[in-house]
Amino acid sequence: MPGHVLKTSADYDGETSSLPRETVATEEDLTMQKYSGFGLLKHSLTHHENWQRVWRNPKPKKKYDVIIVGGGGHGLATAYYLAKVHNITNVAVVEKGYLGGGNTARNTTIVRSNYLWDEAALLYEHAMKLWEGMSQDLNYNVMFSQRGVLNLGHTLQDMRDIQRRVNANRLNGIDSEALDTQGVQEIVPILNCSANARYPILGASWQPRAGVARHDAVAWGYARAADAMGVDLIQQCEVNDIITEDGAAIGVSTKQHGTIYGDRIGCVVAGNSGVLAKMAGFHLPIESHPLQALVSEPIRPILDTVVMSNQVHGYISQSDKGDLVIGAGIDGYNGYGQRGSYATIEHTLQAIVEMFPMFSRVRMNRQWGGIVDTCPDACPIISDTPVENLFFNCGWGTGGFKATPGSGHVFAATLAKGEAHELAKPFSMFRFHNGALIDEHGAAGVAH
Amino acid sequence: MFYIYCPYCGEHREEEEFHPKGQAHLSRPADPDACSDEEWGNYLYFRDNPRGLHHEIWVHAIGCRKFFNATRDTQSYEILETYRMGDAPRVTHFTDKQKS
Repeated sequence: MPGHVLKTSADYDGETSSLPRETVATEEDLTMQKYSGFGLLKHSLTHHENWQRVWRNPKPKKKYDVIIVGGGGHGLATAYYLAKVHNITNVAVVEKGYLGGGNTARNTTIVRSNYLWDEAALLYEHAMKLWEGMSQDLNYNVMFSQRGVLNLGHTLQDMRDIQRRVNANRLNGIDSEALDTQGVQEIVPILNCSANARYPILGASWQPRAGVARHDAVAWGYARAADAMGVDLIQQCEVNDIITEDGAAIGVSTKQHGTIYGDRIGCVVAGNSGVLAKMAGFHLPIESHPLQALVSEPIRPILDTVVMSNQVHGYISQSDKGDLVIGAGIDGYNGYGQRGSYATIEHTLQAIVEMFPMFSRVRMNRQWGGIVDTCPDACPIISDTPVENLFFNCGWGTGGFKATPGSGHVFAATLAKGEAHELAKPFSMFRFHNGALIDEHGAAGVAH
Repeated sequence: MFYIYCPYCGEHREEEEFHPKGQAHLSRPADPDACSDEEWGNYLYFRDNPRGLHHEIWVHAIGCRKFFNATRDTQSYEILETYRMGDAPRVTHFTDKQKS
């Protein structure tokens, strides 16, 4: 296009460039433009070519108050709440790839808070409440859709567990109902509720406030809002060591930008938590596994809620685009490869077809894997560590997406004060020494 | 899909016949009662979880039902060896070729 010269990254980054390494911010860049329907209309007049950059791409400073390692949903949420709630804006998020490119981009986007034990239920419900106001809070449409989640029961024991969990949820103020077969059939007419099914559906727990959200938008919304408050989002910057001095962490050594110092360091790196813990010289009670998911070709709207089954082992929802979004359990072996075995996918689809025989001829479009950090008790770790000033937020395993805002909120408080937030206290990594485990294998659901 | 050599059956079989059982060569403390909470917790829950070479236990569940060990790269998923319980691994570090 004549007269329209696109700047390449070399213009900003190259040592030879006459521009300073730090990108030149214009007046307009410094204040974040508010997204609105009117803005959409206005920008349509210029063919949407003049939208403001969503976030800066700054060069890291020498030192920060807080360094967050990992630019996924949880890390970005942590940065956002550090700036917003605790007024700590001298923060860097260091990400080896691109923002929201790990499990945030790979999950099946289910959000719910119907966990059994008080500790977990309060944490996930804390997240749920933040979800409910997130789009307004971030001025970014995260497409949070409270379409309800069904957890099916197929055996008498399933139904007893469901009843117990529903009662526990209600005591904690979480919306939860136990349904019988007919109640399930009314919500999902296409579900095979025949008594002759191999694993007949006897009922379900139903959380109406649960639902799904647009996973990428969550990362981008937090990133944009954090950046606007002055947080430096540093992508393509891989941490290869955690620098300690007298048993305290003082910074991180990075492949691309050398050493970056920080008063406190928070690691939010999911599957790679074990690798970072090793750099700092300790072990975690975590193993990294591949978790696969897949989507079908887009089809017309047919499923307006989320259906999960622990027993036949699969879960499914339909995205706004029309694809069926499907997932199940982890591959049992340790793996960092972001892929798994075909046998696992086959079992997943067997479960889906058992529940929805009419989907048997739907073709699957894409399949992928993420690396999930599973804890022995299916609960996360939000904790101080044997190294002073070094904190870990990990172990979310197969169900971290739903907790993104709550996780970030309590971890920000933990980093700001240097001690665990009230809701995070039960999730210390040292519970595996004192025995105070929170066994959520039942409510953690399909994947465990 | 893995194709796994069972050191007891002496055959390669498909992954679905096997189950992974976690990190190998963990030794149970000789006297659990004498352990501190930290030592016992470390034994029960804390794992190496390496990105790279991993010695792990598998069981030939739908086969001879015996447990054995494998050395596997958790990044490429390549199985470098399988060996019987009680044996020591022969592969303990990557050769230059395996690294690439």
